[in-house]
Parts: sequence; C-alpha cells; structure tokens
Amino acid sequence: MKENRITRCFAKAKAENRPVFVAYLTTGYPTPARSEAEVDRLLGGGGADVIELGVPFSDPFADGAVIRAAAYRALEQGVTLADVIELAGRVRSRHPEAVIVVFSYYNVIHSMGVDRFAAAAAAAGVDAVLAVDLPLEERDELLSPLRGRGLTMVPLIAPATPADRIRKIAEGLEDSFLYAITVNGVTGARESLPPELAGRLDAIRAAVPQPVVAGFGISSRAQGEKLVAGHADGYVIGSAIVKALGGEI
Amino acid sequence: MNSHYGIYGGQYVAETLMAPLAEIERAYEEAKNDPAFREEFRGILREYVGRETPLTEARRLSEHLGGARIALKREDLNHTGAHKVNNTIGQALLARRMGKRRLIAETGAGMHGVATATVAALFGMPCEIYMGAIDVERQSPNVERMKMLGAAVHAVSEGSATLKDAMNEAIRDWVADPDGTFYVIGTVAGPHPYPAMVRDFQSVIGAEARRQCLEKFGRLPDQAIACVGGGSNAMGLFAGFIDDSEVKLVGVEAGGRGLASGEHAASINGGRLGVLHGAKTMLLQTDSGQIVDTYSVSAGLDYPGVGPEHCQLHDTGRAEYTVIEDAEAIAAFDALCRFEGIIPALESSHALAEAIRRAPGLPRDSVLLVNLSGRGDKDMENVMRWKRENPPPAK
Repeated sequence: MKENRITRCFAKAKAENRPVFVAYLTTGYPTPARSEAEVDRLLGGGGADVIELGVPFSDPFADGAVIRAAAYRALEQGVTLADVIELAGRVRSRHPEAVIVVFSYYNVIHSMGVDRFAAAAAAAGVDAVLAVDLPLEERDELLSPLRGRGLTMVPLIAPATPADRIRKIAEGLEDSFLYAITVNGVTGARESLPPELAGRLDAIRAAVPQPVVAGFGISSRAQGEKLVAGHADGYVIGSAIVKALGGEI
Repeated sequence: MNSHYGIYGGQYVAETLMAPLAEIERAYEEAKNDPAFREEFRGILREYVGRETPLTEARRLSEHLGGARIALKREDLNHTGAHKVNNTIGQALLARRMGKRRLIAETGAGMHGVATATVAALFGMPCEIYMGAIDVERQSPNVERMKMLGAAVHAVSEGSATLKDAMNEAIRDWVADPDGTFYVIGTVAGPHPYPAMVRDFQSVIGAEARRQCLEKFGRLPDQAIACVGGGSNAMGLFAGFIDDSEVKLVGVEAGGRGLASGEHAASINGGRLGVLHGAKTMLLQTDSGQIVDTYSVSAGLDYPGVGPEHCQLHDTGRAEYTVIEDAEAIAAFDALCRFEGIIPALESSHALAEAIRRAPGLPRDSVLLVNLSGRGDKDMENVMRWKRENPPPAK
C-alpha cells in the first residue's frame, strides 16, 4: 500500500494509542473568515487530525437541521466549490500534514466537471473527497479522475451495508479510510447511539484492511473517544462544531 | 433490470439507501412476474379507480381549429382526479407485499399526495405527506383532502419551499426508518428502480389509449402529446407507442414566463446535466451547481429535474420536447372549458396547448392524442389569480 498523509495520520494516532479526530464544518459558515479561522483552530489546538470541508448545497437531503441551516447561510454569502478549494490551498500551506477532505453532494462537483475539479483539488493539496450521494455503483466517474491526480476517496458504510458489500466498497481504496455511519438517518448530534454499534464497527474492521471512523451523532471528543475505544480508529464531529460556530443564529 | 438510461438515471444516493433500494428492486421484480400481483393491481384499477378511462374526441375544439382531430385520454376521470393514482396503487401494493407498515410521499400540486393518502386509507396504512409550504398555500383544497383521508401533511418551509424541498424532506424521513417505511415517489424520477417502476405502473395509460385509438379511428395517432414535469403521465402514455415509430412522441415542458426570463420549469430545454434526488438527469441549476427555484403557473410541473428516461428519449430523438408558457396554457385551459365542457388541470393544459398549436397545420384525417392527465377543479383559484394579474391588453 502506498503511503500518503492519510495512512501516516492513522499510523501516528495508532502509535500514540489514540483515535483520529475528524472534524467537519460547513465552509463559509457563519462567514468565510470565521470558518477559515475555525479550521485553523481545529487543526491547531483543537486536536483535529482530519478536516472535512463541507461544500454547501441547495438541497442537502442527507443533512440534519444544523448543517442545512449552515449550508443555506453559506450559499447566501455566495460560497462555491471553487472557494472551498481555494480555502483548502490556504489550509494546506499552514498545516502541511493535516488530512484535508472535501465533503460534498455530487452535483456541485459534477457541475464544475470532474476533471477540472480533480486538477484543482490536487493543486490545492486536498487528500480525498467524500461525495455523499455517490455510492459504489456510480463512483468510478469521480474516482478515476481523482486517481489520475493522486487523490483518493472516502466511502460511506451504512448500518445495513452487508459484509460482502463492505469489502467491495473498501476495495481499491486501501490508501483511505472508511466512514461508518452510526445510525440510519441524517447528520446531527444525538442523545444516544445504538448499543449494537460497537459490534458493527468490529465487524467492519474485521472485514477490511483500512482504518474505520464512526460518524453521525457524536457531539464531543470525550463521547467520540469513549465510543470508538477498541472498536474504531477514529470518530467524526460535525453538527456540534457547526452549531457552536453559529451561536444564537 | 436496467438501472441507467444511456448516461442518465442510476442510483446517486447515500449508502444508507442502497440496501432499501435493492430490497425494492428485488420485490418489484418478483411482483411484476407474479400473476396474482398483476391481477390484484388490475382489479383495483378497474373496480376502485374506474378504469379504463375513455378516449374522448374533442370535436368542437378540433372543428374550431380546423385541422387534426384531437383525442383526449381522460385520466381526469380517474378516482381522485388524475393519473397519479395508477402509480400509488402499484407502489402501495408493493409496500404491503414487502411488509412495510407506513407510507410517505412528496407532493407538489397535491395530486400525488391525495392519491397516496387515498391508497393509504384503502389499505389501512398510516401516511405522511411532505409538501412545500408555498404549495400548501396555493393548493389548500388538496391539503384538506389529504387530511380528510387521514394523512398527516407536513409543510416544508426551507429552501424554495416547493416540490424539490418536499422531496428532500421525504428522503430524510425515509433514511431514518428504511426498514418500516415505503417511500411512494410520485413521478418517473428518483433513483433506480423508481423511474422504471413508476413508468410500468403508469403504462396502463398508453396501453389503453393505443387500443382505443385503433378501435375509434382504425389507426394509431400521428402524435401522442403529454405534459412533462417529472414526466410520469408522459412516460405512461409514451410506453404504449414507444415501438410504433410512426407515432411522434411529444413532451411539453412548463415555460412559465418564458425560457429567457429564467422563470420556468423546463429542465430538458433550459437545463444542464446534473445529479439530484438519486438520478443523473437534466437539471435547472446555477453555474456553480446549486439547484434553482422553478416557476410555473402549474404547481404540478414545478420541479427542477425530469425523469431520466425522458432525457434519453430526447437525446435519441425518439421523443421531442417543447415548451408552453403560462399564457398559452391558460388559453388552452379556457378553450377546453368552453368548447368541450371539460375543466382540465393546468398541467394537462400545457399538453393541450401544444396540440392546439399543431392541429391547424395538419390534415383533417390526422389524429393528435393528448393525455388529459388530470382535472382542473384544484386550479380554479390559481387560474383566477393569474387572470387578475395578467389582464388582456386593452382594445
């Protein structure tokens, strides 16, 4: 397996005997300047190893209320995919070893053109792309151009994804990590997560060679660390970060 | 089953929905090949919906125009007043067969919501309908009908507060409970297998119309014309004639205030390739890939995408897609009221307007088949408001 920032990031965390902290935010929320400052904070003292730069979309059908509201607000300020890529470039210059993931609905990427997107993302120093609505069957149209530029993709694993399908999804993405969705439903912090989650994470890890992170419903680092201890290689916090940024709005 | 139509269609959904979609596809394949399922479907269409619907020749209108004979496929005479019920019965039967306990649906004009609420009552299943807040306001009689039928109606007020946002919310509901819930999609859009399944359930329109044309005119129609929002009534009609290459297929998109104004819902004529709600299709979107608000006087055509199979039919040239603006649709609405004593839905009025445009230039023995996909009772207020806001120029 070839080494890259992602593999180094997970290897380092493993050596330090801690889970990887993946932080998501909606780019441009509440303002472009504040979200950029938050990225620096998260990757600095905030302890995040991986930053997911959310691309705002007009029809965020996989997101809960918090991230949706943030996306609409970012769109009102005219934030585009091109802006997200430019931000990635600045983040890369300040954080050479941070893992940068562009997190988007596929239409926005498709609209820019997959080749143009892959070239721009590579030039900016993006490591991987997570396209929410681009499952295994459709992903080659984006994965091929990404591979051509040395980028990888982060695939989603759902609660009902069967074991043989998990293996197929993981195949060819050995230089990346898998994003295991903790619950059926949309993004958003939750009071509690299903008790069978630990067993499911164990099963995913047993099926694939790459690291696995758990996401959806996790609202603090303490909760994330406790949840994945011994069962996954990392955790994602998203809506809680976005919510905190918004304050009263 | 074929999951793509050329470059269009597919399953562009989050991984959470892949297992439920596979389950639906398996169940639908089985059901389709099960004579008992087909007979139950046909029986309900016959005894509950009142099929078959008649083919009515619009004699006075045709004479007035002085060209082709215009024949109307009377989907407005179905129980609930539109073609939508053909599909909701099919999907509800499938949901019951799969052991799902709850139906959800999106609706724009409210006709699909009413049709879903109707079958939910018929089958004794709880039902929740998502509807854009703007549509709730402009289609309030349908909201009352859904409630009367026992459905819960959720007004969706974010985004553009119309059909696309209702569909987003329905998807969010479905993804939270994919095991117990069946999402009844109202048109030939969405991820595979919905476009194929909805087309199949609606193909009864074209199958009947083909036979009726042969019986009535001793020949096939020269053209089969239907309005296209998502495009289910059009796919249902086209399905009957797809192999008859001599029959021209014509889809009519909503031109709103004109393509140049940007205020329309013509995805094929005015859109660009993209991915929304599970399918790759032609979409109305900005240069940076954000979906734009659509506009049409007809709420049922007010969707920024279109069924993927229509895009393929457009590319191959098997069907042509035209645009009718509000004013012409309203004129066609008036014409059918006055000449034939039929109040058509504003959606169907777009198809009718295209026939009115074409008829005068055609020989007397030619036949234009128009899918009169729904009745217009629901549109009274909108038509009156439109006329108030757009008075005829002073003489």
